[in-house]
Amino acid sequence: MVETVRIYLLLAGTWMRSAAQYPASMAMLLVTQAVTTSLDLLAILIMFAHTPRLGGFSLPEVMFLYGSAGVAVSVADIVLGTVERLGEHIRQGTLDTLLLRPVSPLVQIATEDFNPRRMGKLVPTGTVLVLALTRIDTTWTPSRVLTVPLMLAGGIGIFCALWVLSAAWQFAVVDGKQAGNSITYGGAYLTQYPLSVFGREALRGLTWVLPLAFVNWEPALYVLGRPDPLGLPLVFRFASPLVAVVLSAVAALAWRTGLRHYRSTGS
Amino acid sequence: MRLYAWIAAYAFRRYSTYRVAALSAAFTNTIFGFIRAGVLIALWHSRPSLGGYDVTDAVTFSFLTQALIEPVRIFGGSLDLTERIRTGDIAIDLHRPADLQGWWLADDIGRSGFALLSRGTIPLLGGSLVFSLRWPAPAGWAAFAGAVLLALLVSFGLRYLVSLVVFWLHDDRGIHGISLVTSMFFSGLIVPLVVFPGRLGTVAHLLPWAALIQLPADVFLGKRTDLLHVYAFQAGWAVALIAAGRLLTMTARRRLVVNGG
Amino acid sequence: MIEVDEVGKSFTVRRRTGRLRRTRTLIDAVDRISFTVAAGEFVGYLGPNGAGKSTTIKMLTGILTPTSGRVRVAGLDPSRQRTALARRIGVVFGQRTTLWWDLPLRDSLTLVRHLYRVERSAHRARLAELTELLDLGAFLDTPVRQLSLGQRMRGDLAAALVHDPELLVLDEPTIGLDVVSKATVREFLTRLNAERGTTILLTTHDLGDIERLCRRVMVIDHGRLAYDGSLRALRSTLDADRILIVDLAHPAPPIEVEGARVIRTEGPRQWLAIPPDGNAAAVVAAVAGRHEVEDISLREPGIEELITRLYASGVPAGR
Repeated sequence: MVETVRIYLLLAGTWMRSAAQYPASMAMLLVTQAVTTSLDLLAILIMFAHTPRLGGFSLPEVMFLYGSAGVAVSVADIVLGTVERLGEHIRQGTLDTLLLRPVSPLVQIATEDFNPRRMGKLVPTGTVLVLALTRIDTTWTPSRVLTVPLMLAGGIGIFCALWVLSAAWQFAVVDGKQAGNSITYGGAYLTQYPLSVFGREALRGLTWVLPLAFVNWEPALYVLGRPDPLGLPLVFRFASPLVAVVLSAVAALAWRTGLRHYRSTGS
Repeated sequence: MRLYAWIAAYAFRRYSTYRVAALSAAFTNTIFGFIRAGVLIALWHSRPSLGGYDVTDAVTFSFLTQALIEPVRIFGGSLDLTERIRTGDIAIDLHRPADLQGWWLADDIGRSGFALLSRGTIPLLGGSLVFSLRWPAPAGWAAFAGAVLLALLVSFGLRYLVSLVVFWLHDDRGIHGISLVTSMFFSGLIVPLVVFPGRLGTVAHLLPWAALIQLPADVFLGKRTDLLHVYAFQAGWAVALIAAGRLLTMTARRRLVVNGG
Repeated sequence: MIEVDEVGKSFTVRRRTGRLRRTRTLIDAVDRISFTVAAGEFVGYLGPNGAGKSTTIKMLTGILTPTSGRVRVAGLDPSRQRTALARRIGVVFGQRTTLWWDLPLRDSLTLVRHLYRVERSAHRARLAELTELLDLGAFLDTPVRQLSLGQRMRGDLAAALVHDPELLVLDEPTIGLDVVSKATVREFLTRLNAERGTTILLTTHDLGDIERLCRRVMVIDHGRLAYDGSLRALRSTLDADRILIVDLAHPAPPIEVEGARVIRTEGPRQWLAIPPDGNAAAVVAAVAGRHEVEDISLREPGIEELITRLYASGVPAGR
């Protein structure tokens, strides 16, 4: 595991150094990325121009959800975002080239074109999270304070796993990348909002089937001191890291299975 | 004229070979339709007749605009034309007996045709399975079709201009980024334009991006029955943008000749 | 170094027959081939397109898992020990690059260095050596996408050798190269094999490659190993004649000379066939002695002719 991280950092560093030769382009791309990500934030602000509460949640509370989901997604995207290119690699035959090397193809694809531009997403989301934390109306007990990093860690893990899953899906359907976007980018969009606005059925599905509820919703209920509409036990508020671990195991299995299948049938 | 019809048909066929990718994308468009519908329902719960829409209008808007994303290319910053300019193949195109802009417009119409069939229908169908949507009367459908066609022309006009920019700017990623962001925001995809507060809303309704999906949606929902005004707005922008495109093409052609291709 | 034992690879190919139906056919891309390559050898691997060359290469390098049989490269099982094996071999694809398209060559080589865990000082020395041997200096800082084919091939070679592998596998490396680049690559490979003892397996369509580089040749056709032995033996097995092209001063009736027979005449030019074990020099002397000769040239039977004959006779020839 340590070795994997080490290789990851070495490869990412090499790509970054290469991108750094064009600082103006890098800066511009970073800004573009930040602005694009801010559009969702703008949408929320516009909506709150018309109402003090959305689905029963105040603006700072929604900001908190937006920020926490946003940071989780941004970090996952930075670390593993490019993995979704797997389909292109299979189509162009370049996956074979990656398999020639003594490094996991997952790490190679994940570090491809590693670029400070990727950090652009963190700018609006991170800023909003910090602001929201200062503005939400709650009593900050020590356990509530600790729940925040727990939430972020879990959220990052869950989105990393979802990205790998959506990539592994492309082993089965090579041109299916856009379908995978529904869980990665769809999930990113969804978790910006209080999940209760999508109804009880959806909330149940997002807890038990596609566990996006654990990205920020469950821990947020605890931090904001709100009751759980589904009435699940308290332990669920802190289950994010565990869910992330389980989902990651599923994702790893999916990836390995897909790769094994690819290696037995060729391109 | 027949040449352009052929180009459009050829483009339609070309894009229709990417069936799996189109279905994949349509699936995700539908999912996003559901998510956006959920959010708008919450908003309309607090403000039941916001912007003159009711909840059913808002939900229909979500799925309809998702359906229109690809036909009207909200996310497409530029045309494949950019690549040809970058490689220099454009010199060949400019020597062809067909009008460059006309060529690409015909190509885009073919592409859009297939997109309407594949990605334009599924989100609406998917949405209608769960929600009750607002459907237009037969006359409404005809009016809607007209609005979509004009929207496509406006969209083409915008993308054509962005494509040509690469003639002058070698690094066009900045322009593409800006184009993408303005398109997403001012088309009403992120939030319906009718929700834009005060002056922001007024300005947004004057910009060309309003013609892309907001106006066709308003026609579909029966919110805008003053078709003459709607079509005039769309056509006006279409003409202006396409004319600007022709001017730019002439300038580009001159520049190409001067620089020796 | 390489042990291939009764290895087979079959694919299920789905084809559309009519509107809705699909048939599945099982294709044996590789059908029970066996061969051994010892360390330090330089072996050529030939075959027509679709014969199973690439499939064999993919199984040797771990990209593809065999359906049956046993493969061992450097003592390792490529499909189970892919990463361990990857550290010890280098692969070059002629038709596709292993370099990164948008990066300068130097950065590509740095990435490779990290991937193979080569120490910085070792890398610097090796890079200097490779730069000199392959003449990379001029374009080390050029993005790979701007390189000419010959330059890119040399770059790919360097990338495959950064970690000093025991085995180098090349899949059609000289395809599309100009004469000078081909010569550079061939000379480089010869030296690599001779001086460093690197085992080399080379697949190619280029007769020149085989004739100049390999002593041993394996021929695969329709998934089966049709021949495995030396080039010279292949020539004599197939009874391929050498052709002497004689340009006489004036048109003449077919030349009669011992050890050769005329197979074709066209005006003053005559084609004489000399059997493989014949003495070409004697024939040349005899012809020149008896006739007024303007020009004379000797043509070895090309690989293509040999191969065509091989396939035509369907010979699973001996060694």
